Amino acid sequence: MGVEFIYPEFEVVRNYDRCIACRVCERQCANEVHFYSEERGVMISDEAKCVDCQRCVSLCPTRALKIVKSDSTLRENANWQNDTIKEIYKQANSGGVLLSSMGNPKPLPVYWDKILINASQVTNPPIDPLREPMETQVFLGKKPSRIERGKDGKIKCELPPQIALSLPVMFSAMSYGSISYNAHASLARAATELGILYNTGEGGLHEDFYKYGKNTVVQVASGRFGVHEDYLNAGAAIEIKMGQGAKPGIGGHLPGAKIVGDVSRTRMIPERSDAISPAPHHDIYSIEDLRQLVFSLKEATQYKKPVIVKVAAVHNIAAIASGIARSGADVIAIDGFRGGTGAAPTRIRDNVGIPVELALAAVDKRLRDEGIRGNVSLVVGGSIRSAADVIKAVALGADACYVATAALLALGCHLCRTCQSGKCNWGIATQRPDLVKRLNPDIGSARLVNLMTAWRHEIMEIMGGMGINSIEALRGNRLMLRGVGLNEKELEILGISHAGE
Amino acid sequence: MKRVYVNEEWCLGCHLCEYNCAYANSGLKDMVVALKDKKIFPRIRVEGEDRITFAVSCRHCTDPICVKSCIAGAISKRDGVVRIDRNKCVGCLTCVLVCPYGALAPGEDGIMQKCELCLDNACGAPACVTGCPNRAIVYEERSETQ
Amino acid sequence: MRIPSGCAIAAVISRTGRRMTGGAIMEAMKPMHDRSNGLGGGFAGYGIYPDYKDFYAFHMFFDCRDTRKKCEAFLKESFEVVKGELIPTRKMPEITDEPIIWRYFVTPLRSVLADLQLDEKEFVARTVMKINVEMNGAYVFSSGKNMGTFKAVGFPEDVGVFYRLDEYEGYSWTAHGRYPTNTPGWWGGAHPFTLLDYSVVHNGEISSYDANRRYIEMFGYKCTLQTDTEVITYILDYLIRRQGLTLTEAASVIAAPFWSTIENTTNSYEKEKLRYLRTVFPSLLITGPFSIVLGFDGGLMALNDRLKLRSMVVGEKDDRVFIASEEAAIRVMEPDAEKIWAPSGGEPVIVTLKEGAF
Repeated sequence: MGVEFIYPEFEVVRNYDRCIACRVCERQCANEVHFYSEERGVMISDEAKCVDCQRCVSLCPTRALKIVKSDSTLRENANWQNDTIKEIYKQANSGGVLLSSMGNPKPLPVYWDKILINASQVTNPPIDPLREPMETQVFLGKKPSRIERGKDGKIKCELPPQIALSLPVMFSAMSYGSISYNAHASLARAATELGILYNTGEGGLHEDFYKYGKNTVVQVASGRFGVHEDYLNAGAAIEIKMGQGAKPGIGGHLPGAKIVGDVSRTRMIPERSDAISPAPHHDIYSIEDLRQLVFSLKEATQYKKPVIVKVAAVHNIAAIASGIARSGADVIAIDGFRGGTGAAPTRIRDNVGIPVELALAAVDKRLRDEGIRGNVSLVVGGSIRSAADVIKAVALGADACYVATAALLALGCHLCRTCQSGKCNWGIATQRPDLVKRLNPDIGSARLVNLMTAWRHEIMEIMGGMGINSIEALRGNRLMLRGVGLNEKELEILGISHAGE
Repeated sequence: MKRVYVNEEWCLGCHLCEYNCAYANSGLKDMVVALKDKKIFPRIRVEGEDRITFAVSCRHCTDPICVKSCIAGAISKRDGVVRIDRNKCVGCLTCVLVCPYGALAPGEDGIMQKCELCLDNACGAPACVTGCPNRAIVYEERSETQ
Repeated sequence: MRIPSGCAIAAVISRTGRRMTGGAIMEAMKPMHDRSNGLGGGFAGYGIYPDYKDFYAFHMFFDCRDTRKKCEAFLKESFEVVKGELIPTRKMPEITDEPIIWRYFVTPLRSVLADLQLDEKEFVARTVMKINVEMNGAYVFSSGKNMGTFKAVGFPEDVGVFYRLDEYEGYSWTAHGRYPTNTPGWWGGAHPFTLLDYSVVHNGEISSYDANRRYIEMFGYKCTLQTDTEVITYILDYLIRRQGLTLTEAASVIAAPFWSTIENTTNSYEKEKLRYLRTVFPSLLITGPFSIVLGFDGGLMALNDRLKLRSMVVGEKDDRVFIASEEAAIRVMEPDAEKIWAPSGGEPVIVTLKEGAF
């Protein structure tokens, strides 16, 4: 107490008329908010520990619980908002960098929500996906720029390595360590069933998951954790992670507490040692170094695996992408400033980077202006929330989308944004065995499959409405988009017209 | 035939199954009315502590020893389900002594009760199974060897 | 900006290379009058300039004399211009607001080609693009050898009379009547759309337009004509002339078979090829309803979108093959036409002259 006191952010509201004191809330809360008072014979709570993950609310059999935002308030001030003041108190207490998890929650523009989609009327028939074929398959990778024929006149049909996806979505990188074994198992199994790919992140690939290799992107990040020859050859593609939307320009840090057992073995580092990924790759200080790494990885895999280069969306992303497109990479992944993270410095998460919508539009245009769009495929992530976002991204020019937060939500995440604590009550962002087991991959993978199946249906419906029966005819088809409430400059960058035009 | 099985790997020890069982067999429409401020007598019990927990209920054995041992002839097996006729039970607790799983226990009234797969209540399916948040309790067909 | 439109198309070719006047094709458009709305009609004739067959025939619209003079001067910098003249027309009340309509027979100067290290066709194509994009008020609407396009704002049958097509003779003809739902009333917006000897008449509205446009513009093409047909012409030019695909292969790119159909293809080279082409050219798949007739030096290709969302029938009589949106149009050209059939979606109908026929 005293000057450092910050009133709890949430209140636990317990309806005592309903509470049967079954103590499920107590048993399920890793933050130890709830406990049973023998003296009073009722459940009580310490809301100061509550992170609003909704686990107790979800499991309470009599709906006796709800968590509400505390209304204990500081005097209102548009400049000095509550959160700002509390962050100052926290820093004055600790002297430390503030840490946060998941994506940027600030009220910055979400361009997806200011873009609307077209549909056919009269002059062109909409297509009913229940009656007509509707194709959502995509192939990621370099496309040859010239058709070549053999002496017999037949076309030579050898393609550079491609990634085949049944729909233009992949699960983006989340390392084993930052998320649990069961979360990885759920993602791997769902990706396999769906015919898409999931991504190991930079934590290596657990030996149990090599069997899902055809549906796995193996990542090589600046820490090079868990990277070895078998690992590189295990996946369908290799991703070089240069940056992450939630924390452009900085590396990663998985605390030693999470480097236990299999996590330590998979990362190939000692137990309990902090896993620190440096900000740069120390063998890549420039674009020509990137080219060397791309080709080193290709050599190590006999040129059979496409190489993805993942970068955070930053100011000069178009020029960066143009450089990558000429580096030998097969796919560029762009991660927008709303992308999630298991832990990032709050200030960086909330203030560094640019929206992925603008980055995508700028990159797609730049690559076309330079005539090298066919050199690479474009994958975008950083808060793709729905099938509509996927459609808009593809129409702006993306080949596919990376989805992570939505996938975690399907697994149970309630976006309490405290992954960094390691006490995820949903068994996702934790390595505590009693918590990890809360995520049964039978349920998790089925829910992921459900989510993506639903998205696929929606994508097909929307495409059909536009009179398009194959996703490739939507890619870069910006005439299918209109902006609402955007200024001239924003429309110019997005390369779309305003609604009504 | 279908039986209730427990995958202890996924049991969270949340004890929800016990409350769902007690509620299902209360015959009441509201869980709060059924269970609030009452000691519960579920027919399934979560055993174990800390890391390993698992729910235990009647296995409906192929050759049930409880049926053989009941001095009142109150326990019988019909259509693969071991059932108890509470009107016949004399409360001698012999069944408790012989059951290797501890699946029988006296109810609130001292008369023995056990899992009868929610066949006689309004649930339609075993309440412990439907209410389990992590699919740790399942109701399914398995071959004898499994 | 793209302007959606409905339309009527018709075409005829003599496989033996027998020359026909433009009269029959003009007649063919009459029964399909209601498919046009008077906002555009046009024709393309092949084999019509035998005396100048080695020269590119540029048909051009100019907004004024000055522009024409400027453009002529520009052409003379890199072309030998063997003839330049007004295209003869008939004054008629149905056709008004005509621009200055000229034709030039030209051939690029060898020295220029050598300097730029370009082949002749590529240089001609680039010149056409340059004039159409950069020279205000000048517009090349036909640029092939021994062929020509004639188009205007008006009903097609009137456009044919206006251009005196009964006085031309060619071995093949295509025609188009336009029903744009919105139009700037511009002559350049009528079909056929051409580049070099490729001409396209198109009935439909393509939903993939901007995906196709933004892809093809990477290769030096510029879509300036406010209509989606233009992009089809450029795609076909790119695939056939620049990538060296056959007509059938090009058809399997723009009206690609469904993946499931490809997987069920039994011929292994065919299957591999279809899979390859679809993977390499995903952005050139054309979706939405279309029926098109591609005219080229020595033949015609008719093609429907892969769902067959637009009508198109084909018929034959002796050496001639007829293609039209409606059978009625074929019957006008040849009452005794035989083997009338409707090709399936995505199935190209390719008719070429017998070897040495023309």
